[in-house]
Amino acid sequence: MKITTVVNGQPHESDVEPRLLLVQYLREDLRLTGTHIGCETSLCGACTVLVNGKSMKSCTMLAVQADGAEITTIEGLAQDGVLDPTQEGFWEEHGLQCGFCTPGMIISSYQLLQRNHAPSEAEIRHALEGNLCRCTGYQHIVNAVQYAAQKMQ
Amino acid sequence: MIPSAFDYHRPTSLAEAMQLLTSSEDPKILSGGHSLLPMMKLRLATPSTVIDIGRLEELRGIQAVDGAIIIGANVTHYEAETSAVLQQQCPILTETAAAIGDVQVRHGGTIGGSVAHADPSADWPAAMLAVNAEITLSKTGGTRTVRATDFFVDLLMTAMAEDEILTSIRVNANPPRTGGAYLKVPQPASGFALAGVAAQVTLGRDNTIEQVAVGITGVDNKAYRASATEAALQGQTATAAAISQAAAQATDGAEALEDIHASAEYRLHLARVYTKRALLQAVERAQSA
Repeated sequence: MKITTVVNGQPHESDVEPRLLLVQYLREDLRLTGTHIGCETSLCGACTVLVNGKSMKSCTMLAVQADGAEITTIEGLAQDGVLDPTQEGFWEEHGLQCGFCTPGMIISSYQLLQRNHAPSEAEIRHALEGNLCRCTGYQHIVNAVQYAAQKMQ
Repeated sequence: MIPSAFDYHRPTSLAEAMQLLTSSEDPKILSGGHSLLPMMKLRLATPSTVIDIGRLEELRGIQAVDGAIIIGANVTHYEAETSAVLQQQCPILTETAAAIGDVQVRHGGTIGGSVAHADPSADWPAAMLAVNAEITLSKTGGTRTVRATDFFVDLLMTAMAEDEILTSIRVNANPPRTGGAYLKVPQPASGFALAGVAAQVTLGRDNTIEQVAVGITGVDNKAYRASATEAALQGQTATAAAISQAAAQATDGAEALEDIHASAEYRLHLARVYTKRALLQAVERAQSA
């Protein structure tokens, strides 16, 4: 089936099998491998991207469901080589170790900060419930989001 | 994993969707896909045809109409969570929606999909029971409504016929002196309820319980009404003691699930504890409503 998408501002037209998952489309067809496949069971959030402005687990969507959609992946956050405040926060506050969860974490954090400019720690943790990290114990991730919120003031 | 191959259709009208449902080979309806796709990825579901109704406008929206609220099947959990109409007129539903999964899941999953799928640990079925929701089912021949109490029949089985699409859900706006609460013990990764209790109470004068409904999910192989608890509270004064006693009966007649996440015994225990907590909170909210 033919689908059209706009991914990180770039238009794409592709012919895909209906069963192709959005995460596979992004990684394999568009070679945007920043979005990761973690759990295969819609829990971990490593595959999180923005679809029409809303964070979605791209492993739990078919590419054909994203026909006509605007998608932002981790690759689309930095503008002209300048890191988004969320990315800068994860760097400055060491919000990652292995980095596998990080693209999804950052997308979810980015969504949170769009909606809530000064989230409390509890609000940050609640907003990131759909993103699991096996390395950090989450505290530095919380710090990273707080850093980004501060930076955006 | 990768789903097995299927033919995909995105009908542009409900009528077309209903027609496809009867004319396609081994079809499944796709709304938000957050119950169906995980199953297809595990190949627990292998439909030959997927009929994507997720963009049908006629299935969207939350309307307040004559003391009732009509919720379109495609309303996402996020839309329900943030609905001013629901917050004002039936807040147990926004509380339930907010408890589902996580932010991403709430953006994608829909109330119609969740209720039609009837996962034994899903949150919506408990709330549907607690508010006596009416579920509208449509097919090419016509439309009928089924009450929530008659809808959840068995494990992943509902009163829906194979040629029907769940199109909307109707709930009553809260009468005065009504309060509700949805509390659950989530499995930490998935967020699914090990036990989830939705309690809705309407108080009369002198703190008597005029109406009470308790829906429990996560415990049995389908969401169920804690009818023994309800009977014990009907017409009683809403005291902590009465609630405590009634909550102890919340699992009468229930046969609990047993799996790696929780034993049957633990689920039953959680159901009774959380029935008490949900009722206490519902009563408190009814008193200040």
